[in-house]
Amino acid sequence: MINVYLPLDSAARACGAEAVAAGILSEAKRRGLNLHLRRNGSRGMVWCEPMLEVQTQQGRIAYGPVTPSKVGSLFDADFQNGGVHPLYLGPVDDLFFLKHQQRLTFARVGKTEALSFQDYCAHGGSSGLRRALTMAPEAIVQEVTDSGLRGRGGAAFPTGVKWNTARLAQSDQKYVVCNADEGDSGTFSDRMLMEGDPFCLIEGMVIAGLAVGANKGYIYLRSEYPNTVDVFTRALELAKNHGLWGRNVLGSEFKFELELRIGAGSYVCGEETALLESLEGKRGVVRAKPPLPAASGLFGQPTVINNVITLASVPIIFERGAAFYREFGLGRSRGTLPLQLSGNIRYGGLFETAFGLTLRTLIEDFGGGTRSGRPVKAVQVGGPLGAYLGVDELDTVLDYEALIRLGGTLGHGGVVVFDDTVDMAQQALYAMEFCALESCGKCTPCRVGAVRGKELIEELIEQGATVSRTDLLRDLCQVMASGSLCAMGSMTPAPVLSALDKFPQDFIHQS
Amino acid sequence: MTRSVEEIISRFPPQQEQMLPLLHEMQSALRHIPSDAVPLIAAHFNLSRAEVHGVITYYHDFHQSPVRGRRIRVCMAEACQSVGARSLIKRLESILQCQTNGCSADGQYTVEPVYCLGLCACGPAMMVDGSLHARVSEDRLPGLLSAETSRD
Repeated sequence: MINVYLPLDSAARACGAEAVAAGILSEAKRRGLNLHLRRNGSRGMVWCEPMLEVQTQQGRIAYGPVTPSKVGSLFDADFQNGGVHPLYLGPVDDLFFLKHQQRLTFARVGKTEALSFQDYCAHGGSSGLRRALTMAPEAIVQEVTDSGLRGRGGAAFPTGVKWNTARLAQSDQKYVVCNADEGDSGTFSDRMLMEGDPFCLIEGMVIAGLAVGANKGYIYLRSEYPNTVDVFTRALELAKNHGLWGRNVLGSEFKFELELRIGAGSYVCGEETALLESLEGKRGVVRAKPPLPAASGLFGQPTVINNVITLASVPIIFERGAAFYREFGLGRSRGTLPLQLSGNIRYGGLFETAFGLTLRTLIEDFGGGTRSGRPVKAVQVGGPLGAYLGVDELDTVLDYEALIRLGGTLGHGGVVVFDDTVDMAQQALYAMEFCALESCGKCTPCRVGAVRGKELIEELIEQGATVSRTDLLRDLCQVMASGSLCAMGSMTPAPVLSALDKFPQDFIHQS
Repeated sequence: MTRSVEEIISRFPPQQEQMLPLLHEMQSALRHIPSDAVPLIAAHFNLSRAEVHGVITYYHDFHQSPVRGRRIRVCMAEACQSVGARSLIKRLESILQCQTNGCSADGQYTVEPVYCLGLCACGPAMMVDGSLHARVSEDRLPGLLSAETSRD
């Protein structure tokens, strides 16, 4: 029996994995080989997708990027036994990009068959939940607090504090909501986790339910991820059949129901209160806080709402203990962060490591510089609301506080690289256009400010960046930053002003 | 056979939290939310027509007139911009002789922008109905379109 792995991940599929899968199966049949094609998650080396792995006596050997036309020659080269071929990458565990990572949340992604519960359990899956089932709610929350875990969605709020508020809230009905509305450009870790290790997220949600006394959970997943919807729907059903959620969680008395809900293309629904409105069947308009969702969230009930990566980091904290998780990272940023390296980059993908790596190491050593081969000009960290950084800021350490000091955000861990052909005035304009398009309309500084900001930057590009125009833009940005309820309006000024301040030459009128 | 508005509505419990699942179902079955469905949805959830209209118009996924042809959604967010999404969509518009958010001259395609498909490390990316495409260069576009046209 030959065991072959090919990702069912969106990126692998978008690069042609299904045609490769069909080719492998028909080629194996033609040659009379007993081959089992297993579908794993992506290892995160996206430039190698579709990346094929084969189990040999020397471990798993990788080949990529595989195209359907290369399948025949892979068999000819005896890839089943790790044979030499132009697409040969080497033993997976020795690959440079993977070897230097510290994978905790993504430990299983790529390694296991994504939709095999047996494989999941064989690699430590469900042991965190089994331990949590023996603990009191207070002790579960304490473990999360001790781990130092902070919300990985972008706001970096201490998870233990959030859970404790929900735990102490008095109510017969509480909820756990998973925010899988991963709308930030340059981020795809939620998607990769949900496709590559979906049971891990489910396990994290059940632990959250135990901690706060909730017995119902919702996953709000964006509609722009159809493959994720498909994979996760199947995972939910399998997990229920194996008792990971449902009437008697893993044979215990604990009952926990789960439901998958699909978003409808609104960026602001990634903001937690807008997401709750959307789940309730309304326009995704941001709510004023307080009350915090932990006190009064979904349907007015105490609700723990966390990002996918936050929840998926919980099982390992219970499997290995809070102290183990806490040892990674630095300062107030503990544990690991799955960084997502993308845009104009040679070796883009997912790189999970303890907080503390510098941007330069990530981009130059692991990313190999730009895909175009031209010099890096700007890097946007933390999604569309993150600041643009210049090359002189590449030695910035990637932790929450360091990015805030630069006027930016680490956000959800997205790092988008631009080469020297980028026009930063256009990027500033785009930031305002995006805000105008996606603003929920609740706060005037955001709703109207984004439109005015767009007009102003257009005028500035066409007629020149006079002091009066840039002063007006700064004034507008200040109003947006201080007068908007959520990050959409309050942080759109970050990419706009960082582009203006760090790349003033791009704003000089060319006539 | 096209399913009726009434039949789709009747499949959902009358709680407002079922609004998005219902609208998704209707959009997928009828390719839009017909205006005469609005009062029926409102009655089903015990809401005003204005509230239902508000929800339909808030979300990009719901359309008030039918989406024509195959829906091509080109990612126009930052990561794809950094590898040429802006010129890619222009090329697509010129091949299909249409504007963004409009339908191609032959009625076979509708081109729309989308803000992130999560394929940021292998852009430019686009989605044709439900199928994903990464590393889409301008040169690859004609071949990709003819492959999509010949599917079904």
